Amino acid sequence: MRLRSPHLLGIEPLEPDEITLILDTAEGFSEIGTREIKKVPTLRGKTVVNLFVEPSTRTRSSFELAEKRLSADALNFSPAASSLVKGETLLDTARNLEAMAPDFIVIRHGEAGAPHFLARHCRSSIVNAGDGAHEHPTQALLDAFTIRRRKGRFAGLRVSIIGDILHSRVARSNTLLLVKMGADVTLCGPPTLLPREMDCLGARLTHRMDEAVEGADVVMMLRVQLERMQGGYFPSLREYARLYGLTAARLARAAPDAIVMHPGPINRGVEIEGEVADGMASVILEQVANGVAVRMAVLYLLARGGQA
Amino acid sequence: MRLLLRGGRVVDPASGLDAPGDVLIEDGRIAALGSGIAPGGGEILDCTGLVVCPGFLDLHAHLREPGEEWKETIASGTRAAAAGGFTGVAAMPNTEPPNDSRSMTEFVIKEARERGAVPVYPIGCVSKGQKGEELAEMGDMAEAGARGFSDDGHPVASARLMRRALEYARVFDLPIIDHCEEPSLVCGGVVHEGEVSARLGLAGWPSVAEEIVVERDALLAEYTGGRVHIAHLSTAGSVERVRRAKARGVRITCEVTPHHLVLTDEAAVGYDTNVKMNPPLRSEADRRALVEALSDGTVDAIATDHAPHHQDEKAVEFARAPFGVVGLETAVSVCLDRLVRPGHVSLSRLVELFTVGPSAILRLQKGTLRPGADADVTVLDLEREVTVDAARFFSKSANSPFLGWTLRGVPVLTIVAGRIVHDAR
Repeated sequence: MRLRSPHLLGIEPLEPDEITLILDTAEGFSEIGTREIKKVPTLRGKTVVNLFVEPSTRTRSSFELAEKRLSADALNFSPAASSLVKGETLLDTARNLEAMAPDFIVIRHGEAGAPHFLARHCRSSIVNAGDGAHEHPTQALLDAFTIRRRKGRFAGLRVSIIGDILHSRVARSNTLLLVKMGADVTLCGPPTLLPREMDCLGARLTHRMDEAVEGADVVMMLRVQLERMQGGYFPSLREYARLYGLTAARLARAAPDAIVMHPGPINRGVEIEGEVADGMASVILEQVANGVAVRMAVLYLLARGGQA
Repeated sequence: MRLLLRGGRVVDPASGLDAPGDVLIEDGRIAALGSGIAPGGGEILDCTGLVVCPGFLDLHAHLREPGEEWKETIASGTRAAAAGGFTGVAAMPNTEPPNDSRSMTEFVIKEARERGAVPVYPIGCVSKGQKGEELAEMGDMAEAGARGFSDDGHPVASARLMRRALEYARVFDLPIIDHCEEPSLVCGGVVHEGEVSARLGLAGWPSVAEEIVVERDALLAEYTGGRVHIAHLSTAGSVERVRRAKARGVRITCEVTPHHLVLTDEAAVGYDTNVKMNPPLRSEADRRALVEALSDGTVDAIATDHAPHHQDEKAVEFARAPFGVVGLETAVSVCLDRLVRPGHVSLSRLVELFTVGPSAILRLQKGTLRPGADADVTVLDLEREVTVDAARFFSKSANSPFLGWTLRGVPVLTIVAGRIVHDAR
């Protein structure tokens, strides 16, 4: 079986069997990370452009490592040193990069739909590494990989995603993926950051944290950004932490074997207490480790699809 | 000079006429309307199978001249208007510099007279430089030929300024045309706030941000006795507010655009910047409310909000693309195919919305085929099909949400003051 599209633009267009294929493939690749020589020749001769228009440390390093372990040639393109700050449009930048015939463009961009725009204009396979508040498909896939390893299933699993849902691409992609796979997803945040129309993603909505955590198998916390306070979404980080921060006491309401996730970077003491982030239930660093294998699987499967 | 349009179906809502007949034009005016009119030596145009209407008027177009001539000029925009069946267009003042003075108003009229295919009715600014601070010289502009005032592109954000404008414009009996948008609520929104914005992760432009200003404007028009015209009304709530204000006698009128009548926010899935406009495409419930309001008299006119942009300006990330779509060359076909053909609105009502409605709002004494009227005529072929193709646009821009659509019903002949300005028969 193959992926149906030459691009990975989001979770929304994926079918459950494609998600399973990516996760199964990632299982195979994760073993490579444990070898002494962490490299396979799978994508030798392939070129990947990492076009990170918005700053990123975790995702960019993870993609870069995935590319290197697959023996692809990686070209990094970051905003500070790029022509984009000189006023070149995204389309012109992409066309110039394309002139060098890359096989993939991995794009991180601050505007929703930027990868879709490139997919319409470029021949390369486009991989969305996060577009504005829209989607972050590889994050959702690595989260799913982590959940599946820990819990062994998605069907009926109670997953609560808590925080700034409105502005979170991680929340969107995770909700779409988990709902497709049969999990029971609850979204939680203050009404200003969790508008009622978010129920269109197929999740249950609540504004009370205790309700969201109660009996949850997976508690996924989202980073809250200081600028949201300035935008009038909530009065202070102090009050936010009090109402929506994950403390050990709150976590006690979750299922006894619940896991705690966070896409990072974490704000200790705001959305998550340091004690919880470092605690037994936390799989935050596992998520990071799994990211490399999942991204290897995505690149491998897209490359295979492209040659069909 | 005589011209006889013979054997068409004549639809003239102003005189309650919808019957087969002939229209005789003499010296730029309608000379006779009836059946079996003798040509008397003039040219005869066979209109068998066609619909002969008063000239269509577009209340709301951005012709971009002066200042942004790479998008459109008065010459290209009026040529597009003629091709789209319009015998006159009202030009919005948000040019560079904006039309906020007598000399600018005179420039637009002169340019249209010398290079335009159809007359242009300038809309002057409400405020100097469209800054929303001091009133522009409305009296001067009215004398020079302005037919209304608007800061379109921007709302009149200050209620105090809106009040003064409504009061002041009463002297000239011209409307204040408002783009209704409460800026603090829109705050970067690029698509309708709802399920689609939630799914796409794009900032929402909530319907309440329009409705608050529609309600404010209705209250101010009622309080001052001024005339307010709501531009490109887009939500069910706005329709209801205009309906109620009309019922209590407020001097309020409104227009809707073809794109808000046939498209919804679902069109933004895929991030095509050619469906990005302000106000944004709304929900299906809003769209239906707009269509219903066409027939019950709440809506007074259909206007294009023709807003040309160069393709390079649109070929960017969705949130960064400018708002606006072209409409002059598709409006009539879209309405005939998607509104009249399925029976959502009658042909004569549609004609009224493109003629009597806009003429009354701009106080133009046009929009009819009664003998003595200016010989502005639009002829439609209801059976002809067209596939929307940017390569065939007369407009300099191609940012249409209808590219590739096949539509049945086409304006085939446009006559201004007895002169044929477009002939596609």
